[in-house]
Amino acid sequence: MKLLDRIADLGRSAIELVLGFGRAGLMLWGAIFRWPRVRKGFPLLVRQIYVVGVQSMVIILVSGLFIGMVLALQGYNILVGFGTEESLGPMVALSLLRELGPVVTALLFAGRAGSALTAEIGLMKSTEQLSSLEMMAIDPLRQIIAPRFWAGVISMPLLALMFTAVGIYGGHLVGVEWKGIDNGAFWSILQASVEWRKDIVNCLIKSGVFAVVVTWIALYRGYQVIPNPEGISRATTSTVVQSSLAVLALDFLLTALMFGR
Amino acid sequence: MLTRKIELLVGVFLLTGLAAFLVLVFKVANIEVKTSDSSYTLTANFTNIGGLKVRSPVKVGGVVVGRVSNIDLDPVKLVAVVTVVMDKRYDKFPETSSLAILTSGLLGEQFLGLTPGFMDDDVSMLKDGDKIDDTRSALVLEDLIGQFLYSMGSKDK
Repeated sequence: MKLLDRIADLGRSAIELVLGFGRAGLMLWGAIFRWPRVRKGFPLLVRQIYVVGVQSMVIILVSGLFIGMVLALQGYNILVGFGTEESLGPMVALSLLRELGPVVTALLFAGRAGSALTAEIGLMKSTEQLSSLEMMAIDPLRQIIAPRFWAGVISMPLLALMFTAVGIYGGHLVGVEWKGIDNGAFWSILQASVEWRKDIVNCLIKSGVFAVVVTWIALYRGYQVIPNPEGISRATTSTVVQSSLAVLALDFLLTALMFGR
Repeated sequence: MLTRKIELLVGVFLLTGLAAFLVLVFKVANIEVKTSDSSYTLTANFTNIGGLKVRSPVKVGGVVVGRVSNIDLDPVKLVAVVTVVMDKRYDKFPETSSLAILTSGLLGEQFLGLTPGFMDDDVSMLKDGDKIDDTRSALVLEDLIGQFLYSMGSKDK
């Protein structure tokens, strides 16, 4: 009998998993394909870009600067052994554009904005604010979820671009100003090895995909919260854990698609 | 007033993102607009192109004058056909010029080195669609070692 229960549990959790995906998909469908009316929706969107994007800017810029500087310092120590320290530019720029820019931005975004989104919507859900909106014939998917989703999707690629640009200047700071690499060689070798289609467009594609996934998970976790304080804290934790894992796994897949060949 | 401040900050945010994009595009990537009236194409045959790639530079005395635009295999002669797009500003190369596949540094990327040939009254300049006959293939380290070992072996006997 015990064994049978175990098997039933296994089946139940599998069904729960599929159910979760279905609910998340329906939520996204409801949010995306009912674009808020422009006049009413636009102020909501601006407000959410402020919360999600502008308020994440400081952490993104500061960490971009430091990650660029650390990359340059470590890279310099290795490259100087081969006498090719001029290649520091492409090393910093390519690792930022191809991997670190989109990935670290997505991880920071999940921690800074994703968790806040989950907590906010979770609290709305548990204090019945979403149900009240429905009572007033206002679609909460349209009014609450959609602007937040689009704000995340718009903000994150921009944040990733800022992160990368600041990181390259951080690398420049360490490589050229501190370690004394020739300024002209730094930029020219960098420019010769970065390609528009292969590196910059792929950086944008990556961070766009991460933006959809992170924002989606954050919103869904908030929307499906168990309405009590413990439920909200759990939902916030699982937002950060799940979106970080999803970003890292997707990053491998996308890298294999883009640069694997 | 609060919404006005928010709108202002969101505007700053979007413009900063745009600025970062422009920095990446113009400062970091090398966008070269290829137009047909500012360039001309040349072809050359090589028996071995080594690690030459599309977009590899063509240099004269270290100055980039063009880029490899296409690499193909001649189906009959079975040699590599390399098409090169040259900058129109540099169009005074005589027909007797030669192309060699060189390596920048010991382990660096491979590029095409163009050596201008002699000029004479009956030697005309290279124009669009011309073929450079005098070419030198890439040095392949394994072949060199093989030749070296072979010559060492024959010397001993």
